Amino acid sequence: MSKPSFLYVTFIRSSADKVWSALTSPELTVKTWFGTHQETDWKAGSPWRLVLPDGRVADAGEIVEIDRPRRLVLKWRNEFKPELKAEGWSRCTIEIEPVTDNAVKLTVTHQLDGEGTKFIAAVSGGWPRILSNVKSLLETGEPVFTEK
Amino acid sequence: MDATDAVFRALADSSRRELLDRLHADNGQSLGQLCERLAMSRQAVSKHLGILEEANLVATVKRGREKLHYLNPVPIHEIGERWIGKFERSRLQALSDMKKALETGEG
Repeated sequence: MSKPSFLYVTFIRSSADKVWSALTSPELTVKTWFGTHQETDWKAGSPWRLVLPDGRVADAGEIVEIDRPRRLVLKWRNEFKPELKAEGWSRCTIEIEPVTDNAVKLTVTHQLDGEGTKFIAAVSGGWPRILSNVKSLLETGEPVFTEK
Repeated sequence: MDATDAVFRALADSSRRELLDRLHADNGQSLGQLCERLAMSRQAVSKHLGILEEANLVATVKRGREKLHYLNPVPIHEIGERWIGKFERSRLQALSDMKKALETGEG
C-alpha cells in the first residue's frame, strides 16, 4: 500500500450522521463543497460524479467502499483538466469516528495510485477549506468559504 | 486547555515549527525519518510530535509497524478564518460602499 499523500483531520462538535450529510447531501454540499453536488446512488461499485454549479463534471469515479455514516472510499479522477486527468486514478478515504458523546473526528486522506503531483496539489488546496466549512456549518450554521 | 490555546502553544516553539516545515516539505514521515535530518534527540522529537499531535497540527496514520506523521493544516485554517476572514469581509464592505457612493453620487 502506498502511503497517503496527505491526511487531514478536524474535530467537530456534531454527530456522525450530520457530518456525513454535510459531505454528501446536495443541499449541504452546495454550502460546504464550493457549490458542487455529487451524483451517485451511494452503493459500493456504483459510479460517482462531482458536478460543478454550471453542470460540468469536475471529477468522476466509483464508490469503492461505503459504510454510512462512518466510512466512504472513492476512486476518483479529475475530468475537466487534461493535465490532472492524465495523472490517473486517486483514492479518497473519508472516515468519521465518534470521539465523545457530542464530537466526532473527521479524517480525509487522498492518494494517487500512480505517479504525479498536480492532482494532489489541486485537491490539497480544497480539502482544508471543505473541512473548515463542514465544521463551521455544523457548529455555527454558516459555512466559511463559498467560492473555489 | 482550549483547542486554540493548544495550537498557539504548539506553534510557540521553533523546534516544533521546524518539524512542521519538514513535514510541509515531505509529508508522511516516520519518527526515524524525521530524526535523521534534525539536530535533536529522538526523545525530544517524539515529545514535540506529541504536543503537535495534541494540538491536531500533526495527524498520524499507521502503516505496518511504522507511524507516519502528516502536517494537518486544518486548525491553522480555522484560526485564519476566525480573524482574517473578518478583515476581508470589512474590506469588501468598504469597497462596495465606495463603489455605491461613487457610482450613484451619494456618499
